[in-house]
Amino acid sequence: MLVMRGIVKQFPGVRALDGVDLDVRAGEVHCLLGQNGAGKSTLIKVLAGVHQPDEGTIEFNGQRVRPSGPNDAIKLGFATIYQELDLVDGLSVTDNVYLGHEHARFGFVSRAAGNRATRQVLERLGHPEIRPTTEVGRLSPAAKQVVSMARALSHDARLIIMDEPSAALAHDEVANLFRIIRELTGQGVAVVYISHRLEEIREIGDRVTVLKDGRTVAVGLPARDTPTSQIVSLMTGRNVEYVFPPRSEREPGEEVLRVEGLGSPGAFRDVSFSVRAGEIVGLAGLVGSGRSEILEAVYGARPATGRVVLSGKQVRHSVVGNVRRGMGLAPEERKAQALLLDQSVTANITLGSLPGFATFGWLDRTRERAEAQRLTKALDIRPPDPERPVKTLSGGNQQKAVLARWLLGSRKLLLLDEPTRGVDVGARAELYAVIRELADRGIGVLLVSSEVPEVLGLADRVLVLREGAVIHEGDARELDEHLVLDMIMNGRAA
Amino acid sequence: MSDPTKPRADSGPVGTVSPPRPARNPLRGLIEGGHVGLLVAIALLVVVGLVTRPTAFATTSNLVSILSLAATIGVITVGATFVIIGGGIDLSVGAIMALASVWATTVATQEFGPVVMAICAILVGTGAGLVNGLLIAYGRLVPFIATLAMLVAARGLAQRMSDRKTQLIQADNSAIVELSTTRVLGVPLLVYVFALVVALGWVLLNRTTFGRRTYAVGGNPEAARLAGIDVRRHTMLLYALSGLCCGIAAILIMARTTTGSSTHGDLYELDAIAAVIIGGTLLTGGRGTIIGSILGLLIFTLITNLFILNGLNTSDQLIAKGLIIVVAVLLQRRNLKERAP
Repeated sequence: MLVMRGIVKQFPGVRALDGVDLDVRAGEVHCLLGQNGAGKSTLIKVLAGVHQPDEGTIEFNGQRVRPSGPNDAIKLGFATIYQELDLVDGLSVTDNVYLGHEHARFGFVSRAAGNRATRQVLERLGHPEIRPTTEVGRLSPAAKQVVSMARALSHDARLIIMDEPSAALAHDEVANLFRIIRELTGQGVAVVYISHRLEEIREIGDRVTVLKDGRTVAVGLPARDTPTSQIVSLMTGRNVEYVFPPRSEREPGEEVLRVEGLGSPGAFRDVSFSVRAGEIVGLAGLVGSGRSEILEAVYGARPATGRVVLSGKQVRHSVVGNVRRGMGLAPEERKAQALLLDQSVTANITLGSLPGFATFGWLDRTRERAEAQRLTKALDIRPPDPERPVKTLSGGNQQKAVLARWLLGSRKLLLLDEPTRGVDVGARAELYAVIRELADRGIGVLLVSSEVPEVLGLADRVLVLREGAVIHEGDARELDEHLVLDMIMNGRAA
Repeated sequence: MSDPTKPRADSGPVGTVSPPRPARNPLRGLIEGGHVGLLVAIALLVVVGLVTRPTAFATTSNLVSILSLAATIGVITVGATFVIIGGGIDLSVGAIMALASVWATTVATQEFGPVVMAICAILVGTGAGLVNGLLIAYGRLVPFIATLAMLVAARGLAQRMSDRKTQLIQADNSAIVELSTTRVLGVPLLVYVFALVVALGWVLLNRTTFGRRTYAVGGNPEAARLAGIDVRRHTMLLYALSGLCCGIAAILIMARTTTGSSTHGDLYELDAIAAVIIGGTLLTGGRGTIIGSILGLLIFTLITNLFILNGLNTSDQLIAKGLIIVVAVLLQRRNLKERAP
């Protein structure tokens, strides 16, 4: 039904897809597996018409196609259900299902016709209890998923792509999702299913394609019979020329951070660990395992129960207080959460320690510029002009500016959430070196990364998270990618 | 910290060469590129004035009257600039000014003399602004709604206190009125007050942590919060500052009109916001300048002046102002695009 051959997609600095093949048959659930950064998301976006491939061919029902935009992809019969559901909460179920192709005559929406059609689609999905007139914001996550699927069906989709559809669902809701998927495939619809959970893939999947480094490493493996070890070894051993700096020879110093029984409803529970001065502790886990949420809770940016002790003193859950006491966070979404894009590199660097540059509120701009200049040089931020707006810098250099912010003042603990996201390979090595050097200077570092090799290569100690709980803690040197991946996908502790 | 790795020529888009920076001009911080258009507009209006009313326009008394006219709203505009750069909006400025003028001119307040009257106006203004700030920052009300409520309520309170009557400043308190009658170098004192507020506002915005935080809170509140800035407290202070400016403006309008009245400052909020927008401040926050706002205000005041001098209809004046707002914003959008990378 769908045949993709040799798909290549090049982004500045990264070859996201480097020759991907995919065959999907009508009526099957085809699972796409691969680690973060393997190219799954880019591949989906090519099918959804968001990205156009640089090379390669796509055939659909024997015809060469080239989705040039989201609308084009929908016309071809491709529907994508993203991880973050893209529904409008304030509108009714019907309005969401038919958003963009309303039942209308002369611009007037015909509610009755729309509701009738929606009811039919929902019945087909086995959910007659969802009323077409309900506001979507009032529905449960599972019901929203059904609405998303109803939208896909309303377009007469022949191929539905689901990106981690189970991530936001409870157990029984997942069972229901699978029932719907089976009904759809029974009607000849093909489903491309992306998930990190192997047990799900075994249950719902027919065949598996594995991606690694933007390439297809296995096509059409039987989902039920392929041994786990084979799948994991196909995904691992990524051929990435990451250069990790050598670990420190010295013993880590005093305990900088101790976390006791930290919990946050719906995200993680009963997490305890500690970070010592000069030590990098890595948190490994899937999206939704609670890794970023733990950082936010430690930082005081998310309500949590339990104790957070910084250098022997228990701290309150307050970002302002924690920053004053020597914490710093480089958040996951660099542009949305860390940077003032219009402002200069200098203003971004000094944002976290403004009182240190001021006497009675009066800024010492000369000293501010001098410090920014020094850090720009020390971290090799390019171009080396701290007066430039930070938005004109590349991702890696923006990240360095965020790190530089926390090099000012006396920091004891740095929380780094996906520090190399969107950073090209060359700049990654530099960032790794910077992070290691920070630790060598006696700062405790708590690192979150969705890339297992990064956690293993950079951290001294690793905590493995699964569904909001720590399932393993150990020396990074005693773990390998294979083992960690097995733990986070199958829930088996080593 | 030493250089962690050698610079790599092949590491992607980091190697952009920065153009040589022009020599630091002392005026660079004051007059930015975006202000050139405003200065040109002012120059054009001056030319129009010189051509249409060559004798009446370029007189000292006319220039003084332009500045006196601009002074009251000008002080308010300084406060409004802070609020808008900080990502908010304050619709209640005119009403707060009216309330402060009424409160300061009640019989009870007037008994204590001009100094207490001035302090009273400032305290009332700051207090009302603080209420706005508390509602917005800690009560989590949308700024538009909180200050709209204050607009209505402060006007009502002013009417109730004054019994809808205009309150004259008594002869013993004429020291307040002297702000507009006493001239130094031919310019009334209230224009100096205006200039002082602008200067202090500029310093606060450009040279202090408060100003830097204002840009941060307006530009990216989440980033500001995660960088350890107390965003709520800062938001509250911004509205209090706006209220403070309204209190100062109340003193100026009392000086100019010799009265306190619940009708003072009607629609000032719109003039102030318009001036800020024409001056290049983004309504979404995070970007803007005091100088731009003041230039925007001068454009507005010049138009009013030219219409009056030429005996033209005030309705046409409003139409002209509306057009100017649209044109100014369209021009700025083009500038923004050109500057984007």
